[in-house]
Amino acid sequence: MAERPASTTAKGPADAPVVPAPAATPGVTQATIVKRSAPKSDYKPADVSPQRRVQRKTYTVRLWAVRNSRLLEWFYARFADVFLLLHPVWKGIGYSRVEAPVKFVEKRVKGFMFDCRMCGQCVLSSTGMSCPMNCPKQLRNGPCGGVRANGNCEVEPDMPCVWVKAWEGSRNMAKGDAILNIQKPVDQSLRETSAWLRVTAQAAAEREQSKAGANA
Amino acid sequence: MMPARPIQRDENPAGVHLPLDPLPGHTSRGRLERVLRRGEFAVTAELNPPDSADPEDVYNRAKIFDGWIDGINAVDASGANCHMSSVGICALLTRMGYAPIMQIACRDKNRIAIQGDVLGAAAMGVANILCLTGDGVQAGDQPGAKPVFDLDSTSLLETIRIMRDNGKFLSGRKLTTPPQVFLGAAVNPFAPPYDFRPIHLGKKIAAGAQFVQTQYCFDVPMFRGFMERARDLGFTEKVFILCGVGPLASAKTAKWIRSNVPGIHIPDAVIKRLEGAQDQKAEGKRLCIDIINEVKEIPGVAGVHVMAYRQEEYVAEIVDESGVLKGRRPWKHEPRPDDHLVADRLGHILNDDVTETQTDMVKSAH
Repeated sequence: MAERPASTTAKGPADAPVVPAPAATPGVTQATIVKRSAPKSDYKPADVSPQRRVQRKTYTVRLWAVRNSRLLEWFYARFADVFLLLHPVWKGIGYSRVEAPVKFVEKRVKGFMFDCRMCGQCVLSSTGMSCPMNCPKQLRNGPCGGVRANGNCEVEPDMPCVWVKAWEGSRNMAKGDAILNIQKPVDQSLRETSAWLRVTAQAAAEREQSKAGANA
Repeated sequence: MMPARPIQRDENPAGVHLPLDPLPGHTSRGRLERVLRRGEFAVTAELNPPDSADPEDVYNRAKIFDGWIDGINAVDASGANCHMSSVGICALLTRMGYAPIMQIACRDKNRIAIQGDVLGAAAMGVANILCLTGDGVQAGDQPGAKPVFDLDSTSLLETIRIMRDNGKFLSGRKLTTPPQVFLGAAVNPFAPPYDFRPIHLGKKIAAGAQFVQTQYCFDVPMFRGFMERARDLGFTEKVFILCGVGPLASAKTAKWIRSNVPGIHIPDAVIKRLEGAQDQKAEGKRLCIDIINEVKEIPGVAGVHVMAYRQEEYVAEIVDESGVLKGRRPWKHEPRPDDHLVADRLGHILNDDVTETQTDMVKSAH
């Protein structure tokens, strides 16, 4: 049988005897080498992910919201009803005109309560009042596989996993099984818009449609 | 006349690289789905992706699994470290007739890139896709990269299911030929919130998962508890569960993994057993085989996924010694018998140092 032409790039042909790769030295990965060779500086940021740095350093209020998810669920339902009642007012003034003040309030209230990121498509009621956008991977359908044994985040070691909290919060809620719904991917074009107004306008449209359906 | 080459089971007689005949109830035309749906105990393994642009590196690494496994996972920058892409590995493997399981991690690509890759992969003959969220970028060698996470594993599953079953992109635009793929997901029964994990599996099934591969299992009682819960919820009839296993190289490695790799749970008993052994590497292999023998008896376990990172040469021994295949030989890449004939003739042309002139050729012609 003829010899195969020598490969110009390979270490050897595919039918050559397999040489096992050397075993990894524990503790020395490429990532470790990169971290070690980074320039030394006295200033080392406390948080790992840049996303974390734009929010508060404590989780007190966020965790309180999860603990009181049932109360907040009840309150949110009443609040949505009030907003829906005010639909003629919003419509009269014009949704586009009320957007700025409502968004201003919404951003600050939800920012204080849940460390809201203004994704514009709030799913708090389906996630036990724990905002999934605080997850460094922004998972909206459940935890990743990297949750630490103490229930903290893989990326931010001092932050309790958003989804561990979401599961706890959802167990307190009357409609906690909404956590089983599969959430669609985030529509990035709705960022920094008011979820309150959007939900109200949609509910109003739905109500009108069902009314029209009943009359027809 | 050339000797006929025996056709292996689950192989297209027209060529190893071609998709298999569609079967009723099958969504893909690949080998892995056939093996699982026949009720055979499946074995998959992970290919260590090369840091090279050489196809031979991929073939060398696939070759050590030959005849022992039903699917090869082509990892997508695992641990957020740069390697050859899973699309590239799959392109090479499908040419040779292997059954790759293409992993897609949501960390690096947005929904536009992912849907394009799914179509491209399916066109190349990739029949299995594993949908993952992916490790955070901070874990890898390029912590300065932008984390994308446009989709998450569940919405990725749903996206591909919509592409396959409804023949549409996420936007609703129609596909002329939908991808025929067998969809997989990953689950980790060994990380909190423990009581949510089986329910989370149900969510992934609802989104489209047809098989799941679990994180490394070193704690069999814990896995048994998870499987019990999954059985009670009726999930084991809807999804094929492949338990993730792997050999630990030494007690030191085990300790390092435990403290540095989140999501991998290694009980103290395992570390004690490794520390007490004379040859820790052999004991790690033995432990892996013992775990396989335990998990294969758990009702609802459809196979094992052997992750022997940097110990890939042990996969064949582990599969052989655990006897999970029960004498079955998975598809093996074999050179065709006529390859020798072609090589001989080509070799003559390439290597014989003869200079033929027109006159000589006329003389030798009859």
